[in-house]
Amino acid sequence: MAKKLVVSSSPHIKSPENIRSIMVDVLVALFPVALMAVFLFGYRALVTMIIAMVAAMVTEAIILRKGDFFGDGSAAVTGLLLAMTLPPAPPWWVVVIGSVVAIAIGKQIYGGIGNNIFNPALVGRAVLVVSWGGHVAGNVWLKPVPFGLAADAVTKASPLASYDASLVDLFIGTVSGSLGETSAIALIIGAIWLFYRGHIDWRIPGGFIGAVFILGLISGGFLMGLYHVLAGGVLLGALFMATDMVTSPVTKTGKIIFGVGCGVVTMLIRLYGSLPEGVTFGILLMNGLTPLIDNFTLPKKFGEVKKSA
Amino acid sequence: MSVRSFVGGIHPSYYKEFTAGMSITPARPPSQVIIPLHQNIGAPCEAVVQVGDEVKVGQKIGEPKGFVSAPIFASVSGKVTKIEPYNHPLGNPVTAIFIENDGLDTPFEGMQPGKPLEELTSDEIKQIAKDAGLVGLGGATFPTHVKLAPPPDIAIDTVIINAAECEPFLTADHALMLERADDIVYGLKAFMKALGATKGIIGIEDNKPDAIANMQKAVEKSRGEYDIEIHTLHTKYPQGAEKMLIKATTGREVPPGALPMAVNVVNQNTGTAVAMAEAIKLGKPLYERVITVTGPGIRKPGNLLVKNGTLVKDIIKQCGGMKDNARKLILGGPMMGLAQPTDDVPVIKGTSGVLILTEEFVQEYPISACIKCGKCVEVCPMNLLPNFIASASEKQRMDLAEKYGAMDCFECGSCTYTCPAKRPLVQWIRIAKGEIAASRRK
Repeated sequence: MAKKLVVSSSPHIKSPENIRSIMVDVLVALFPVALMAVFLFGYRALVTMIIAMVAAMVTEAIILRKGDFFGDGSAAVTGLLLAMTLPPAPPWWVVVIGSVVAIAIGKQIYGGIGNNIFNPALVGRAVLVVSWGGHVAGNVWLKPVPFGLAADAVTKASPLASYDASLVDLFIGTVSGSLGETSAIALIIGAIWLFYRGHIDWRIPGGFIGAVFILGLISGGFLMGLYHVLAGGVLLGALFMATDMVTSPVTKTGKIIFGVGCGVVTMLIRLYGSLPEGVTFGILLMNGLTPLIDNFTLPKKFGEVKKSA
Repeated sequence: MSVRSFVGGIHPSYYKEFTAGMSITPARPPSQVIIPLHQNIGAPCEAVVQVGDEVKVGQKIGEPKGFVSAPIFASVSGKVTKIEPYNHPLGNPVTAIFIENDGLDTPFEGMQPGKPLEELTSDEIKQIAKDAGLVGLGGATFPTHVKLAPPPDIAIDTVIINAAECEPFLTADHALMLERADDIVYGLKAFMKALGATKGIIGIEDNKPDAIANMQKAVEKSRGEYDIEIHTLHTKYPQGAEKMLIKATTGREVPPGALPMAVNVVNQNTGTAVAMAEAIKLGKPLYERVITVTGPGIRKPGNLLVKNGTLVKDIIKQCGGMKDNARKLILGGPMMGLAQPTDDVPVIKGTSGVLILTEEFVQEYPISACIKCGKCVEVCPMNLLPNFIASASEKQRMDLAEKYGAMDCFECGSCTYTCPAKRPLVQWIRIAKGEIAASRRK
C-alpha cells in the first residue's frame, strides 16, 4: 500500500450543506422581494441594495483581512437585509454607515459569525433610526409606482402612520414603506423557499405573526388584526429577521416563546409607543433574551419522564 | 401497513447500490488467521491452546474470563504458530492466536446437531448461545447469553430483531434476509422461547421491499405457533439504534441510562439470529460472519462470508484491491464505523463491513463557529442539544456538558453529519463523555 490511509473519528460522511450554501439560499429567498422592490420603487431601490451589500462585504473583508470578498455569504445577506428595512432611496452615505455599523458593531465586535447577540442588520437599522431618523423614517417613503418611471418625488406616509391602505394593496405591496417590507406576497414566496430548504421552521414566524394578529384583533377587530400583520415590517421581520439562526433560540419551545415575544413587543410599540413601527426593537429585545430562553426551555430527553411535582 | 419511525434523524445518501442484492459468497480461505482474544463488550478471553497445537474448525481456543464475555473459536484448521499481541480494529493491540491454515477445514468433533428447538428448554437455549460464543453482530458485540438472562424480576414480553440496517453502504443483513429468512425466524423463535416472550417483531427499513416480502413469507410458515410480526420502518438514520427501534416498533421509550429490558424488550441483530439458528441446528459456534465489502474505493464490492481473524488486506485483495484514489479504510458503516490506520488488521465478531472511501469523502473542512441553526437539535434522536454539549466540552466545561445531556448521547453522529458549520460535534461530545465518566469513577 503506497498511500497512507486517513484516520479520523466517525461519522465519515457529511451533509453537503454548509454556511455558504445556507446564505446563498437566503439570498435566493430574498430575490423575489428585491425584484418586487425594483418593480415598485424603481432603479433607486436596486442602487440602495447594491450599496448596502457591497459596503457590508467590504467592511467584513477589511476586518477579517481576507481576500475572499463573498466569503461565507453572511455579510451579503446582512447588507441586503439592512437595505430591505430602509426607504427606497436614502442618501448613499446613510446606507454605507448602516452597513458598516451592522458588520463592525453588530457582528464582528462579538467575534464574528455565530457569536453576535443581536441581529446585525437590525443593529445597523437601529443606529440609523436613532441617529439619522429624518433620512430613514418619518415622511421619506416614496409612493410606489409600478415600473418606477413616473412621479419620482412623491412621498407618502407609512400605512402604519395613516392606517388607510387597503388589504389588497398591502398584500401586493403597492403601498409606501421600506423597500423590502411592502409586498406580502413576495416575502411569502421567499419564505416558502426557506421552509422548503429546511432553514426556518414555523415556530418563530408562527409565534410572531400569531401574536401580532391576536393583539391587533383585540385592539380593533379581525380586519385590524390582518392590517397589522400585512402593514409595516412584520412579515419581513417574522420571516427573515427573527428567524436569523444566530440570534434566535435553538430549542423548539424556545422558538415559539421568542416569536410570541417579538410579536408582543412589536405591538406594544405600535399601539402605545412613540414610534409608528416596533418590529426592529421587538426583535432586538428578544435577541437579547435568546440565551435565557434557551436555558429555560431545555428539551426533555428521549425516554425521560417528567418529574412529578 | 403503516410505516413506523421515531422523531429526529437524518437522510444521508445510502450508497447501498454497491452491494444491494448481491448474494453471499464465501471468502477465499486465508493462509493464516489472526484471532484476537478480545472480541466483545466485557471481559477478554484466555488462550486455551498453545503454540504448536493443531486445532480444528469450530474448536474453542479462547475461554472467557468473566460472565459478560463469550468464548472464541478457531475459524480454520491448522497449527497455532504464535500467541502474541497484534493489531485490533478497536485500536490498541490485543493478544491474538495465529493459526496457519492447513487448507483441510477439518471440523471439530464437538460440532454436532443437538435437539430441535421444540425439545429445548429455556435454559438449554441460553447455554447453547453461551457455548457458541454468540455476541451482538450489529457491532456492539454484547454477549447474547447475557441479554437472554435478565434479572428474575423483569419479564420480557417482546423480542425485536433489528433488521433496519440503517447504516449507509452496508447490505449484509439485507443479504441474510434474502437468503437466510428461515434461519432468522428460527433464531427469533429461539430467543423468544429462551426469554418466555410472547411477541416477536422484525423491524426492516422500507428501502428493502424484497427483504420485507421474503421475511413475510418465512414468518407465515410459523403462523399460529408464534406471534411474529414484520414491521416496516421509515428509512432514516439511526432507525436501527436500539432505543429508536424499540420506540418505532412498540411505542415504548427506554429511559435515559437504562437498558431495553427496562421496557420488557430484548433486541437482537439479524446476524445474531442466524448464528443462533446455526448453533442449535448444526452445533456450529460463531467463527464466521457475513461482511459487506463496499465503497467507491474497492474494485469488486460484495457480501462475503468471512472467517474470524481473516486479515482485512486479504479480503481487499480478493475483492480486486483498493482503487488508486482510496484514502480511508473503515470497519463498520460510515456513520459509526472505525477508521483504520492499516489494512493489516483482523476482522472480529463485530465487523459488519469493510468500507473503502475515496478522496472526495475525506476532505477536511475548516471549522466555523456555531451559528446556532439548531439543525443538530432537530436531528438528535435522543432530543439532546448537541451544539451546547459540544461547545461546553470545547471550553472544558464538563459540568455544563453533563447538564445538556452528554451522557445520554449514543454517538450516532447525526449532529456532525448535519452541521453546516462542519463542527465535529459528536467528537467533542465523546471527549465530554470520557471525562465525565472518569470523574464519576473517582
